[in-house]
Amino acid sequence: MKRILAVLVLSLTAGTALAADEFLPAVVFDQGGKFDKSFNEAAYNGAERFKKETGIAYREFEVTSEGQREQALRNMARRGATVITAVGFSQSAAVDKVSREYPNTKFCLIDDKLDLPNVQSVTFKEHEGSFLVGMLAALASRTGKVGFVGGMDIPLIRNFQTGYEQGVRHVKADGEVFTNMTGTTPAAWNDPTRGAELAKSQFGRGADVVFAAAGATGLGVLQAAADAGRLGVGVDSNQNWIHPGKILTSMVKRVDVTVYDCMKTAKDGSWAPGHRVVGLKEEGVGYALDENNRRLVTAEMEKAVEDAKRKIIAGELVVKAYQP
Amino acid sequence: MEHAFLVALLLTDATVRVATPLVLAAFAALYSERAGVVDIGLEGKMLAGAFFAAAVASSTGNPWLGLLAAVAASVGLALVHGFACITHKGNQVVSGMAVNILVAGLAPTLAYAWFRQGGQTPLLPGEARLPQIHLPGVEALAGIPVLGPVLGPVYRELIDDANVLVWLTVLLVVATHWVFTRSRFGLRLRAVGENPAAVDTAGLSVTRLRYQAVVVTGVLTGIAGAYLSTAHGAGFVRDMTAGKGYLALAALIFGKWRPWPTLFACLLFASTDAVQVRLQGVPLPVVGVIPVQFIQMLPYVLTVLLLAGFVGRAVAPRAGGIPYVKER
Repeated sequence: MKRILAVLVLSLTAGTALAADEFLPAVVFDQGGKFDKSFNEAAYNGAERFKKETGIAYREFEVTSEGQREQALRNMARRGATVITAVGFSQSAAVDKVSREYPNTKFCLIDDKLDLPNVQSVTFKEHEGSFLVGMLAALASRTGKVGFVGGMDIPLIRNFQTGYEQGVRHVKADGEVFTNMTGTTPAAWNDPTRGAELAKSQFGRGADVVFAAAGATGLGVLQAAADAGRLGVGVDSNQNWIHPGKILTSMVKRVDVTVYDCMKTAKDGSWAPGHRVVGLKEEGVGYALDENNRRLVTAEMEKAVEDAKRKIIAGELVVKAYQP
Repeated sequence: MEHAFLVALLLTDATVRVATPLVLAAFAALYSERAGVVDIGLEGKMLAGAFFAAAVASSTGNPWLGLLAAVAASVGLALVHGFACITHKGNQVVSGMAVNILVAGLAPTLAYAWFRQGGQTPLLPGEARLPQIHLPGVEALAGIPVLGPVLGPVYRELIDDANVLVWLTVLLVVATHWVFTRSRFGLRLRAVGENPAAVDTAGLSVTRLRYQAVVVTGVLTGIAGAYLSTAHGAGFVRDMTAGKGYLALAALIFGKWRPWPTLFACLLFASTDAVQVRLQGVPLPVVGVIPVQFIQMLPYVLTVLLLAGFVGRAVAPRAGGIPYVKER
């Protein structure tokens, strides 16, 4: 019995030693899919950047149903991944469980908070970035009415909404914001048909700018805006290029930087567990301005937004987060 | 008053847009089920249609070729279903479900292999989508005294700029009614769904009739899929049918397997959806703002209530789901 135990212990330590020798990062994407042109794609870009700079390949998995999360994470850990990035709040429970089973594997969780010795979690101040695009939307709107289409109805998305509303009101005190949520299940991230329909309903009520915080559903929203000659606002990645000249701006969430940093620090050895919150100050969120939307954002609009950005960073202007 | 009128018009317009794929799919199933072949594979066939329409439209730039490809793919699947449960007398529910599962996995896989953008096709530019039909005389009609202010908005919001497939669907509804009440083909289909033995005795081939019905189903579900990805939307996304096939089937049962009631059921589902979208976050008199979850529940609650209380007994085609075996 003793011998068996000894062998077991030996093999276990040997296993971890082997894993430590070989640096192997892994990414588990969420249900929107790796190429959602938004949230998950930002994570993908971060991982690709790491691969390009270091030449180290990473393992990846795209979750397509609820049950796969835990399995995917456990698989990665068992096959010797050194650091696993779990993209999306919905992986929180799975990371919680699997990270306890594999205390020597490092985990990075994006969009939710976990307090464990081998987990680094990063959340964003979406409300701050959304505040800025809300200001831009209100400044660009001719009717004084703007729309918001959320994906799944969760506090995270409500956080986008509340920041957006504050931004709109900051510019136009009597500005109206129409809000629609696509659904209450993860399928709500993947329903562009419904997204388009929601956007059209808001246009019918007079909105002329619509902000989509809805993953792949948002593609339908932006399409509807482009079709109807209104303006869309993208989310997470810079989506201005999808319909050049028809997307006012994008609320950028630097998930790519987070994923890159996670892998990079793990490689350097400076990786640390804990929870980080990044906002405008840390350049974790922001709004996108490039050649595709340059024409839509006037100098005054830019100045107003930059002013507000400075004030938020300095703490003179406080954007409230969502309180459930 | 004028405002309320406009809101009603916009609601009707949204209802038509949402109902179009439902009507196409429900009428597709109408053909198959009236001929005695149960089809729960609508979802899969629509999804295949949506994928092939978007894939072909994006690589050729021609939405009509996309529509053809959608119909071809969907008919192909319908024939597989037919082969399994008409020729080989397999279980129709199992075969239909197999089609659903097959496509749910196959479409994103093919999309990944061909386009390298995850399980999606590239977004389609305007010219690669099925066109909307712009009708002349919007201003002229609004200018007519007395009637103008009423007819003008109706014409502008509802009839002008509707997608070409919406018009096709309108034609389809009328045509289906005619087929099932007047045409020889339709009457034979109905007979084959009620009493295939009698049809066989009359010297007609049950197999042949059922295959014809299944092919019609394939054509219509293909069109429904193409509507989703190349007319209403602009590109294929994984699982984009989002349960519309099952909803269409519910509409068919709700409509007791008859064309007009089925159309009504589809419009009812679509209008509750349209109303539901507009109720979100809007304070109502007395009750105030209703939580989103509750409002999103409304279409389903309505369905259950209607099915339980108001529809009465829905009688399925008598030979539905039963493979026909010739007497020996």
